Amino acid sequence: MEAQTATTGEQTKIELHGANIIAAIKASGVEFVLSVPDIVTSAGLLRPIANDPSLRLVRVCKEDECIGIASGLHYSDKRALTLIQYTGFLDSLNAIRAVGVEYKQPICMMVGLLGHEPERAPTESGRYGVRIIEPICDAMGIPHHLISQDSDVAKIKPAIEKAYADSFPVALLIGRRPLAS
Amino acid sequence: MMTMMKREDCFKALARHLTDEVVVATYSSAVEWNDLGPRVLNYFSMGAMGLASSHALGLALANPGRRIIVLDGDGSLLMNLGSLVTIGAAAPKNLVHFVSKNGTYEANGGHPIPNQKADFSGLARSAGYAHTFDFNELASFEQQVGHVIGLPGPVFATLHVERSRPLTYNYPALYAADKRRALKAELSKR
Repeated sequence: MEAQTATTGEQTKIELHGANIIAAIKASGVEFVLSVPDIVTSAGLLRPIANDPSLRLVRVCKEDECIGIASGLHYSDKRALTLIQYTGFLDSLNAIRAVGVEYKQPICMMVGLLGHEPERAPTESGRYGVRIIEPICDAMGIPHHLISQDSDVAKIKPAIEKAYADSFPVALLIGRRPLAS
Repeated sequence: MMTMMKREDCFKALARHLTDEVVVATYSSAVEWNDLGPRVLNYFSMGAMGLASSHALGLALANPGRRIIVLDGDGSLLMNLGSLVTIGAAAPKNLVHFVSKNGTYEANGGHPIPNQKADFSGLARSAGYAHTFDFNELASFEQQVGHVIGLPGPVFATLHVERSRPLTYNYPALYAADKRRALKAELSKR
């Protein structure tokens, strides 16, 4: 799973493998994954995580629950990743504002950019909801990283480590559907 | 007509049974808890919009050997009703969820909640809580609260209470950084 690209004839296909992301999540010390299903990450991340006994999946009803649960876990040094779609991120902004930013909790979010065109920057997406995600993070002072190909996976562990070191949120934006195998 | 209790009397009765439990007290619905005295294991930094029960679930999952008590309000829980289903599924044996029901959004002008007939204990029961209770007489609550908080959870109890006296509180003091650090230090002890 190390290869970033697959060459077919003269074309180079950019890929993002879910197994690489999951390995990075584990290497970051994450024990709990808190999630509402997101179609971008459903097959490549959520389904294998659900079958992985080394990660504890907590299925929640609404995304802002994840922010509270992650905070409660952090008080006892348990690391969590919130795995949601950008629509759920938008719905959870008040919780992220209060708990993550104002109370300085290391809320680590992996956010699927549904409808994002991977060849474009998210801020240039044709989809309004995708276009506003990075500017909203910037306005809230939340660091964000785009994960669109396998070479981007190296950003995950340092980003989560920094979130816990600084006790502050981070958003890992999934810009392409991760492959399941 | 159903009799009612005073919320502060319920909290005083509960406090007599607590030792090393974490208490997650949502702001407007349980701020009197803070009046019972300083306590490192009080958790007030849950933000708004009904997330107390979600914070409590995180605490419960991280601390299986310690009881986590949530003091929720009816209006608060209505903003996070799905958390009942999440908690019912996660089924932490150490979580006890009290909801003070007075049918009112006290923090926002005393307006009524959308439906006075909502049966919170019934909702919790169908969501998968292991034990549910309704209390509307203080004597009964005082007699049973020690038993209730000792049951294998998740446990849910609706406290039918009167509207509170006018509340005054200082949000920044409740969620001050030094209190958060002290709580984390206490819970991080091995």
